[in-house]
Amino acid sequence: MRDVAVVGFTQSASVRREQNRNEVEILVPVLQSLRDQTGLAGAQCDFICSGSSDYLAGLSFAFVSGLDAVGAWPPVSESHVEMDGAWALYEAWVKIQMGQADTALVYGFGKPSMGDLPLTMALQLDPYCVMPLWPDAISIAGLQARVCLDSGLLTDRDMAAVAVRDRMHAKTNPNAQVAGDYSVDEILAEPFFVNPLRKSDCPPISDGASAILLAAGDRATELCERPAWIRGIEHICEPMDLGVRDLERSRSTEIAAEKAGVATGKIDIAELSAPFTHQSILVERALGLTSETIINPSGGALAGNPLMAVGLSRIGECASRILAGEADRAVAHATSGPCLQQNLVCVLEGE
Amino acid sequence: MAELTAVVGIGQTNYEAKRLDLSMPGLVRDAAEKALADADCSWADIDAVIIGKAPDLFEGVMMPELFLADALGGAYKPMLRVHTAGSVGGSTGVVAASMIQSGVHDRVLCVAYEKQSESNAIWALTISAPFSLATVAGAGGYFAPLVRGYIRRSGAPDDTGIRVAVKDRQNALRNPLAHLRLEDISFDMVANSPMLWDPIRYLETCPSSDGACALVMEKESLASKRSNKVAWIHATEMRSEPTMFSGRDQVMPQATLDNAKNLYKKAGISNPRKELDCAEIYVPFSWFEPMWMEGMLITERNQGWKMTYEGATAMDGDFPVNMSGGVLSSNPIGASGLIRFAEAARQVRGLAEDHQIDGARKALGHAYGGGSQYFSTWIVGSEKP
Repeated sequence: MRDVAVVGFTQSASVRREQNRNEVEILVPVLQSLRDQTGLAGAQCDFICSGSSDYLAGLSFAFVSGLDAVGAWPPVSESHVEMDGAWALYEAWVKIQMGQADTALVYGFGKPSMGDLPLTMALQLDPYCVMPLWPDAISIAGLQARVCLDSGLLTDRDMAAVAVRDRMHAKTNPNAQVAGDYSVDEILAEPFFVNPLRKSDCPPISDGASAILLAAGDRATELCERPAWIRGIEHICEPMDLGVRDLERSRSTEIAAEKAGVATGKIDIAELSAPFTHQSILVERALGLTSETIINPSGGALAGNPLMAVGLSRIGECASRILAGEADRAVAHATSGPCLQQNLVCVLEGE
Repeated sequence: MAELTAVVGIGQTNYEAKRLDLSMPGLVRDAAEKALADADCSWADIDAVIIGKAPDLFEGVMMPELFLADALGGAYKPMLRVHTAGSVGGSTGVVAASMIQSGVHDRVLCVAYEKQSESNAIWALTISAPFSLATVAGAGGYFAPLVRGYIRRSGAPDDTGIRVAVKDRQNALRNPLAHLRLEDISFDMVANSPMLWDPIRYLETCPSSDGACALVMEKESLASKRSNKVAWIHATEMRSEPTMFSGRDQVMPQATLDNAKNLYKKAGISNPRKELDCAEIYVPFSWFEPMWMEGMLITERNQGWKMTYEGATAMDGDFPVNMSGGVLSSNPIGASGLIRFAEAARQVRGLAEDHQIDGARKALGHAYGGGSQYFSTWIVGSEKP
């Protein structure tokens, strides 16, 4: 396997509603600052891959306009996944492993504020048997939280503590949407939003974009002083049907973590794309994280959740701390589908 | 150095306007099971599933690979969903191959599908973003001006497109899976069919189809041990450019020319018309056969129509194109590109039955999409490169 590293990361702020900018206009400054950071323009990369969803934009071929933000001329070697940008990064990593590219631009973007997001997400479910009931995304997550609470796997105080932690961390993240000092008791005093979830257990709805530059071997050390080397990257899917899954654990995260070698060394920081507080606890357990790991130093998905970019941003948040010399080994997590159906785990190291 | 990869199993559904007998999971599983049977594999032998389809609005399901995971044996395996507009079927094949060429996986299942009867493609293609130009034209209205541009430049006779349509529809009669099989097809029948988007007539366009196509791909050390014929992947290529900008040549985009040059370079081909035995080209509107003969550098600029006219692209010509009947005869959009790739592989395996080109050893699979801006291609061969 070739050594591949993250050598640059940029993101937009996560905001509830990008009133005056479309996706391309959100992307342009993100890609420009990545070029400023690394000295390499996206269109000059050997390969480009992006992640986005037509259903967030509400129209077909929404990703095509991303090429305008890249300035893809002369024509580029390029691909797109209808998934979070973290999976676009995986495809780019594979392309580099093939030896057909030494550098790759990866970006993800989403503008869910244009629709009713929890209901839009219902369109992800089985269209014949489940979707006609219009179960919204919060209610689906609530079912999983209820299973975990009833079995005694976790308590509502555990869940509130996740929100307290992430919002506290987010105070130092200028791109975060939700940040501040809260206490567990304050959060537990909130009314239920969708029982057993309180609003603080749920992610914000965020518009935003992020981008990463990957480079292989010597090219990586040319482009930055301390690249964040990808030591393991794996992703695993589960069946969608909630009835055939064990909702009290994230089996797919466990398998991906095992294959990615998470447990082979100390993890300094972890960035999780678990959008609900109880899911954070499930992912932490699946990754085998202990108190020696700082979890979500950026605030994670609970502080800003730009769909289709949020997972890629977790890899970026880990990498940027390694680039800055603030961490030596980190694990990033991305998720897709209801109740953590599909998960990606990426281990990054400074040496 | 990339790992050599082969197509060892191919499965296709029947293509029809409405597969009311199958749900979406049933449709993709039908193709996948046929590919597994062809490869003599079971679900457990598959390391990863790569799935592609065109816009989610075509069926009304957001990221449908998630609900299809179980039907495709994707449970507790890696699954990746590709979407690169109309070229997606081809891109899905390219990405699936890369999973093996990179050394990441040993054997993958690659599936592409569209079940157009679940929704309305014209509606799905008509919505535009706020403050952006709405073409409200569908694909035919979008591409007709490009065809007119080609005719003006090349001086191609007006009936070139009719001749392509007759040829592809005759070929479809040799392919039992084809959606449109018009037994009494003739020049007059196409010429007298209604003009939809001048110069594109009704019988010069593709149908709306339900269908799926699946491939099993394997690394060299596994594929070499097989006693049945496999298709070795000699080269793959993908190129993209933006939809619109000042000075862009939409009739003969730079991306197709770059794609062709890079593909042939990787495959070690200097004279594609001579060295390739046949091709499955993405031709959703008849005129795109001559256009892509030029775009793929098979012939000189403005000379593509002569290949059609002289019968070079017919079954018995020197460069047969769309032996299966092509996109004009079956068009489950998201799968159409992968079907081109699969049909190219069938040719070099010698398993194309009634539409087999005798002795085909190297074949081209091609797909394009968006506003003639996404291109994905591959070359497969009966022998290792």
